[in-house]
Amino acid sequence: MLKITNLKVELEEESKEILKGINLEIESGSVHAIMGPNGSGKSTLSYVLSGKKGYKVTNGEVELAGEPILELEPEERAASGLFLAFQYPVEIPGVGNMTFLRTAMNSQRKFRGEAELSAADFLKLVREKAKELKIDAEMLKRPVNVGFSGGEKKRNEILQMALLEPKMCVLDETDSGLDVDAMKLVADGVNALRDKGRSFLVITHYQRLLDHIKPDFVHIMADGRIIKSGGPELALQVENNGYSDLLAEVQ
Amino acid sequence: MSLSQKLSDDLNQRILPLTLPKNNNKKRCEALKRIKAMGLPSRRDEYWKYTNPRLFNDLFSNKNHVLGSDDKLNFDSIGCFKLIFNDGVFDQSSSDSLEGEELELTQISDFSGDTAKWLEAFYGSLEEAGQHPINRPLAKLNTAFATDGLAIRVTGEITKPINIVYNETSNRSDVNLHHCIKLEAGSSLTLIESGSVSTRLNKVTELEVAQDSSFHHVCAQTNNLDKIVSTHLFARLWENSVLKSFTLTTNGALTRNEHVVELKGNNGVSHLAAACIGEGRFHHDDTVFVTHEGTDCESRQVFKKVLKKGAFGIFQGKILVKPGAQKTDGYQISQSLLLDDDSQFLAKPELEIYADDVVCSHGSTSGAIDEEGLFYLRARGVPEDTAKDLLILAFLAEALAEIEDTNISELLLTYLERSL
Repeated sequence: MLKITNLKVELEEESKEILKGINLEIESGSVHAIMGPNGSGKSTLSYVLSGKKGYKVTNGEVELAGEPILELEPEERAASGLFLAFQYPVEIPGVGNMTFLRTAMNSQRKFRGEAELSAADFLKLVREKAKELKIDAEMLKRPVNVGFSGGEKKRNEILQMALLEPKMCVLDETDSGLDVDAMKLVADGVNALRDKGRSFLVITHYQRLLDHIKPDFVHIMADGRIIKSGGPELALQVENNGYSDLLAEVQ
Repeated sequence: MSLSQKLSDDLNQRILPLTLPKNNNKKRCEALKRIKAMGLPSRRDEYWKYTNPRLFNDLFSNKNHVLGSDDKLNFDSIGCFKLIFNDGVFDQSSSDSLEGEELELTQISDFSGDTAKWLEAFYGSLEEAGQHPINRPLAKLNTAFATDGLAIRVTGEITKPINIVYNETSNRSDVNLHHCIKLEAGSSLTLIESGSVSTRLNKVTELEVAQDSSFHHVCAQTNNLDKIVSTHLFARLWENSVLKSFTLTTNGALTRNEHVVELKGNNGVSHLAAACIGEGRFHHDDTVFVTHEGTDCESRQVFKKVLKKGAFGIFQGKILVKPGAQKTDGYQISQSLLLDDDSQFLAKPELEIYADDVVCSHGSTSGAIDEEGLFYLRARGVPEDTAKDLLILAFLAEALAEIEDTNISELLLTYLERSL
């Protein structure tokens, strides 16, 4: 589903290399987790995948379902099935959540040459999905993420994921700022979306999110590289011993 | 030649082609005398520092002028009484009848002294009050030479909004329009103005809102193209009265909208708001002066400008709280969204407070499109242009939210969505 080959990335403004050759392949329907200490380049990877400005790809290739995506605009990547759940969902005062969700859905459908959803069909769909995520109608009426609690913001991300039905979901520290109950709710939302045709890349500091969203593979990232890959037991090893053992082992 | 001689010559040249109308001649003669004493606005004047008044002062020229034609915005779906003006002249035969409504309607050009007696004292009086402490020469010029306008005295609740529709049929028009509106105690009126009056327009509205009455005003300056527009709203509010005025401007070469509001009675409410979008040769100036005299009054000013391709925006807003105007609640915000590096916004917020138990706040910001918000929208599949439009509309939404009737604000929002 997603194939990253020897990806090297610098910050655009200062030629500082952040990603130093990432190789990763995520098969259709699988869940991969990336763990790593602060500053290892995890969030940069998620931004580069989704096409955020400010980064320069100096080497490598990224393919989504066999198609190269690095030349595509963020909206084209989204319409091709890539979804980034933000670590810090952006507040957009003045844009209603419903307007936002509907514009996003219909923009993607239009891009793919599909018919736009009618207002009534859209409303029905949103209500149904929101209910599953325990998002109340009031929250849908408010401007995007404005005045939302940390948990509400993350649930709103998952709601968008549920509506847009992407093929490849990147979750950037979705557990940050969440209490245990909120995390469980978000994880349930993600698990409900697990499907043969959908893959996940879960970026996190801690193992606890992976208790709820069980990964097939775990990768440890440090200093812009994936230094170790393994099964779920790798996450437990980090939880018990921290990153220093692993780092030392590699060095 | 001395400066004063030059200014006096400029004025004489400016008024040379104008004739003093016969109606209300005494007031007009007084106004003429006053304008001769104060002269035309000049950039030396504190409140004309950022807007060059030349286009208002020069002899009228209509070269290369395009007629304002905009069929995209009308208020028919709201259900209004329509009053029609063609090239600044009231067209009664094309206008809806207001029979049965609790109001008197006269044209100021018809005013003879027998009809609408109240107008004799009213005409020019609020404008004159608004000349202190700052001269507003264009308004004074208007009072002397205005050729037409409506005089409306409202005595009850008007059942539907009144929509003044301006049509422009000639590209040679230089119009001075003067409306007088008086709301008697316990009455209410919603007035919508739309359309384009003339190539150059000088419009003055004098408004008195008596005790327990309310006036809602929406002015859509949306088909202005190369227009040169000066408007003044002089409003006087008495006890428990409400004024809510919103102006939308799109395009136009030079627009200066002045709002002068006196809160004379206690518990008065004045909300002034405006939204504008302009590009290129677009100069938009909002000059506001709100005076609190009564106690427990609330005033709000919400002004938003979206500027691109070298457009220029000015905001000069003052709240004056007179001694004794205790429990005043004053709020002012002016913001610009600059879509490129060539556009400019200059803001001059002023507070002058002589009472000690008041809350007054003001703020002003200038900024570009929020890149984080833009990326967030794009990452969800919204194309860049659509995402920018959404953010522009979101920026203007706070000003539109000041409109009391949500049917009207939604109509304007839809119009903006289509015109972006």
